[in-house]
Amino acid sequence: MIADRKPGFNTLAIHAGAQPDPATGARATPIYQTTSFVFDDVEHAAALFNLETFGNIYTRITNPTQAVLEERVAALEGGTAGLAVASGHASQMLVFHTLLEPGDEFVSARQLYGGSINQFTHSFKKCGWTVRFADTTDADSFRAALTPKTKAIFVESIANPGGIITDIAAVAAVAKEAGVPLIVDNTLATPYLIRPIEHGADIIVHSLTKFLGGHGNSIGGAIVDCGTFDWLKSGRYPTLSAPTASYHGITFAETFGNFAFAIACRVLSLRDLGPAISPFNAFLILTGIETLPLRMQRHCDNALAVATWLSRHPKVAWVNYAGLADNKYHALAKRYCPQGAGAVFTFGLKGGYEAGIALVSNVKLFSHLANIGDTRSLIIHPASTTHRQLTDEQRMRAGAGDEVVRLSIGLEDVDDIIADLDQALAAA
Amino acid sequence: MNHDVYSDAYIRDILTNHRTIAMVGASPNTSRPSYFAMKYLKAKGFCVIPVNPGQAGKEILGEKVYASLADIVEKVDIVDIFRGSEAAVAITREAIRIAAHVVWMQIGVRNDEAARLAEAAGLQVVMNRCPKIEYGRLSGELSWAGVNSRRLSSKRPLLGVKGVQHRVLASGRD
Ligand SMILES: Cc1ncc(COP(=O)(O)O)c(C=O)c1O
Repeated sequence: MIADRKPGFNTLAIHAGAQPDPATGARATPIYQTTSFVFDDVEHAAALFNLETFGNIYTRITNPTQAVLEERVAALEGGTAGLAVASGHASQMLVFHTLLEPGDEFVSARQLYGGSINQFTHSFKKCGWTVRFADTTDADSFRAALTPKTKAIFVESIANPGGIITDIAAVAAVAKEAGVPLIVDNTLATPYLIRPIEHGADIIVHSLTKFLGGHGNSIGGAIVDCGTFDWLKSGRYPTLSAPTASYHGITFAETFGNFAFAIACRVLSLRDLGPAISPFNAFLILTGIETLPLRMQRHCDNALAVATWLSRHPKVAWVNYAGLADNKYHALAKRYCPQGAGAVFTFGLKGGYEAGIALVSNVKLFSHLANIGDTRSLIIHPASTTHRQLTDEQRMRAGAGDEVVRLSIGLEDVDDIIADLDQALAAA
Repeated sequence: MNHDVYSDAYIRDILTNHRTIAMVGASPNTSRPSYFAMKYLKAKGFCVIPVNPGQAGKEILGEKVYASLADIVEKVDIVDIFRGSEAAVAITREAIRIAAHVVWMQIGVRNDEAARLAEAAGLQVVMNRCPKIEYGRLSGELSWAGVNSRRLSSKRPLLGVKGVQHRVLASGRD
């Protein structure tokens, strides 16, 4: 018996999940732009609705274009299964909807994308879920925030916007002790830089909108089931470990084993809450992923050059990029993402709020907008935009003070990127 | 043989070279995993014979239930063990006695002693796997559910004759 060869990351980025189309032989993944799929016969229809067989019914739940994207992301992360949804936020909603009951709590890093802080603090409250925040740079703070009601721990691998690298293994140890799954938002790192599963993550979420899609053209999200959490043994997650009323009493963890979480997210939470990804977006994101390794390396190389240049600029007070040797998180970056510390980072302007506003107004190549992970270089002043709904204290703690500017470094010639910042800073 | 990993070719050969599966521990309860597996494998053209002493003489999915492997009249190729790991040695001894070709233990079922016995008698062994999942994984059907098949192929998946949402395995084809 010859063991199967394990394909490398570049190969997976291009091939995982995608065979030629069985009907036409099309080699690129077709866009199955259809709402629904005919059943082979009445029995086939019944078997599909009972989850007794695999197949497509309706694009809110599965779609063949989406399926290729799901398997691709799962393969790159090394998980057992994936689920693609309408946005990064939708992926978070579905993960917590599958894990939590009203009255439950979870502990989250407070260094998060501002939108996630809003989602957790305000919208989740309406579901009866309570978030307790901890400090992503201090694993003990997660332990201190645990209560008997804690059902999950959530961190970002590289935190947005602060450029902080989370010690995933240290937080994973706290999650293991507590007997709860660790959820890692791996959006800023992508599996090219960090594979959280190798450090103890149980569930991974992505905003595919960013580097995975990579071209700033499609919103999407993904959930990856790492297959590592034993739902039956825990018994604290009834959606997974108790008979499910809406599927004739099947128990997901029994029937679907180590990919039960991904299936439950799909056939319960996605089915009922509805944030499906469009097949067209799935196609565009898939195409983006094919070049992820090449793009991500260039993003990181450009980001390091720009951060180095900024750190020597007289108008710049500080640069927080973990790729810089004197950065607080450099040791963690070398351990978790030796190929690069990502392409999103912040820096502080000596001129404060006013200088931040002036800089974003003066750039000519950078685009002033609220996104990251585009081929294009992007700039934003978080205090006046993404983080403006937060309290001052929340903003400071999220790394979004008045003087802070966030960059997402693109794939242009690095000299042109630097020249644009140079002229804009001169005018600021 | 190393029973922690199986090559895709090993599993595919077992599933394409055999047709009759005796399922020990088959359940008439329609929400049990064994019921799901039996229904799926029947749809893929396998002849699945349920074995369950508590159900002997009754029918599951239209198939007569036997009390033991020894009672089965047909020639059994694969003995699929849907029982606890501790039951595997006794079932494997019976599988050897009826000259089955393969002892297959379900996900969560592993018994190295049973595997040694079976292999010494010339049987092939699969442990801690589900034939339904393996069939779906290798045919590409499981990929429709976003499952990581850990398999790359530049060949078209094979469509079954039953319908477009029906993929099949063929011997020697990825
Ligand atoms: C780290 C992180 N997580 C989640 C999200 C939310 O993703 P989406 O905008 O696709 O809903 C974002 C978006 O900026 C993000 O940066």
